[in-house]
Amino acid sequence: MFKLKLFCIVCMLLPMSVHALDENYGYPIKGSHEASILGTPAELMPEFPASLPTRQLVLDLFPDREKPPVFFYDEGLRCTFTYQDKKAPLVFIVGGAGASDRSAKLITMTKALHQAGFHVITLPSPTSTNFIVSASSSSIPGDLTEDAADLHRAMEAAWKQVKGDIEVSSFNLCGYSLGASEVAFVAKLDEDRRVFNFRKVLLINPPVSLYSSVTRIEELMKQIPGGSKKQGVFVNRMLSKFSRFYRYGNYVTINEDFLYAIYTEKLFSHAETAGLIAISYRIGMAGMIFSADVMTNSGYVVPKNRVLRYTDSLFDYFLVSTHLSFFDYFNEFFYPYFKKQRPGLTKQELIDSQSLKSIEGYLKSSAKFGLITNENDFILTKTELDYLRQLFGERARIYPRGGHLGNLAYKENLAYMVAFLQDKEIIQ
Amino acid sequence: MRVFKQRSGLFILVLMLSLTGCATTGVNTEAEVPARHSISEFNDQRFAEVADPWEETNRRFYRFNFYFDKYLFLPVVNGYEYITPTFLQERISGFYNNLEELQNFTNSLFQLKGVEAASTLGRFVINSTVGLGGLFDPATSFGLERNNQDFGKTLGYWGASSGPYLVLPLFGPSSVRDAGGLAVDTAISYGVYSAIDPFACSDHSFAIGAGITTLGFIDTRHQQSFRYFESGNPFEYYLVRFFYHERRDIESGKRLPEE
Repeated sequence: MFKLKLFCIVCMLLPMSVHALDENYGYPIKGSHEASILGTPAELMPEFPASLPTRQLVLDLFPDREKPPVFFYDEGLRCTFTYQDKKAPLVFIVGGAGASDRSAKLITMTKALHQAGFHVITLPSPTSTNFIVSASSSSIPGDLTEDAADLHRAMEAAWKQVKGDIEVSSFNLCGYSLGASEVAFVAKLDEDRRVFNFRKVLLINPPVSLYSSVTRIEELMKQIPGGSKKQGVFVNRMLSKFSRFYRYGNYVTINEDFLYAIYTEKLFSHAETAGLIAISYRIGMAGMIFSADVMTNSGYVVPKNRVLRYTDSLFDYFLVSTHLSFFDYFNEFFYPYFKKQRPGLTKQELIDSQSLKSIEGYLKSSAKFGLITNENDFILTKTELDYLRQLFGERARIYPRGGHLGNLAYKENLAYMVAFLQDKEIIQ
Repeated sequence: MRVFKQRSGLFILVLMLSLTGCATTGVNTEAEVPARHSISEFNDQRFAEVADPWEETNRRFYRFNFYFDKYLFLPVVNGYEYITPTFLQERISGFYNNLEELQNFTNSLFQLKGVEAASTLGRFVINSTVGLGGLFDPATSFGLERNNQDFGKTLGYWGASSGPYLVLPLFGPSSVRDAGGLAVDTAISYGVYSAIDPFACSDHSFAIGAGITTLGFIDTRHQQSFRYFESGNPFEYYLVRFFYHERRDIESGKRLPEE
């Protein structure tokens, strides 16, 4: 109760203290959770050309790997390549947890960068099924060092496929959320391998420590009555609330206006919004757990040695996997795997290595890095935000609001992203 | 969801082959060991569940659509997008979207929604005349909003439940109710356009009709950004099923059970 009171007081004070920063920033959605769900209203995004010259790359990174029949559709790592017909800088982009190469955010970033004269290659997140099946050497995602090595190999293969067709003036990296942490590690690896010699590396809404950020997302789950074990009850209840709202509001269709009305009418409480974010995160995680389990035949959620056919029902695996937390995955699947590889490895060591802090010397000293994040990004604690501020100093751009990635497509944010990667003088 | 006539025996052949393929892969002789976590340990309501007794067949069709897209449909759509200027693509979409107003209109009437029907009729008249046969959409800027309607929604509106989930070849996610609705809408459109027969005076009316139908089909796919198996999530089939089902239920305006 005290906490709640404190929270209310802080909320009341907040608008005043950030007022100065706030004035010129036009992203409208104040709440952190709400911004993360709603993103950017269409009229506040820049205008883009209707079509882009695009080619899908399919990379065969492990020609000898036998893929289980349930993943019959996976024919290699899919990357989306968007090109200029003149010499231009190239940006590799990696999305957040579970994102494919065509996630909405990646498409928006690609449009903005292409419009500004970049070649772009988007890659699936190492936590997406596509990557786990076709590009991960262990098929067990979540280790930044290993995932970065897999990503780097994929980038090399992608570059090999396109280098005959385009002229490139420099290589650059960009990632959001989990993808931001990953590209930081990719950049570091490339300093040794000297393949791309990345000129600019931009991190958008990165976690400082994966473990800590995921813990914060898992905590959102606790705002569901009964916690994560009662997520089914919660989802069904939210759904009927949603239907009712639509029905009594005389809406024509479920579109952006309708979703915006849900926000302005405050259909879902703060706690319920938190629960919905946590559920969507769990659905992504469930996909990752299932894919890793099938690829390694570990008997975690699918019986060991069971060969799933493409017609088999996966529904029970879906429900089981969404009911498992990140901690279950970490303790029962992830950590045991790495302990087997490196005897003597403690949990704390493994946790510590999944953090920007483990490469902070490099991040601090290298001028190529830039950071975009938000004051109210819920995956960061106050301490972590201060840490990022101090680590990146003038290379950090911290917006007063936007939640976790909610303002990514806002015109000012995209303009900053482009300007940073173009290495233009940036007016703060 | 437009008139689409399948004339090709080849199509049926491809369909059959794709549905029977891969039946023998994945023989594993090692004994199964129960998984560490199973459904029995959780005591929660099931969620995202939709009646789907024919899941196996549906998954076959889902896969068929994936291959159909990959080897025929999307290459054709990409070719179309490559050779057609964006401005022309938008006009073509406008033309077909305008033809669909017929379906929106009849179904608004079936649901006795007078205002909506009048507004749809107004849209059709304005866009067909001022909008040059639907190429442009001035009606929206006059404040007449588009109301997408179909016979599946009409059935839903009058209380018919969706019935089991279906994945239709080429058309994708559907239900028993919506598949029936699609057939009715198709029949009505076909009947109306046959009665008007705008190309009757031409010697090539059949070829023109077939051309318009084919282009309409390409335009439909062009307007959809969905790609099978590209979500990055292995449970995509369920997520698509869930969102399709809920959206249809909500938009058909079916009465909701009390909480």
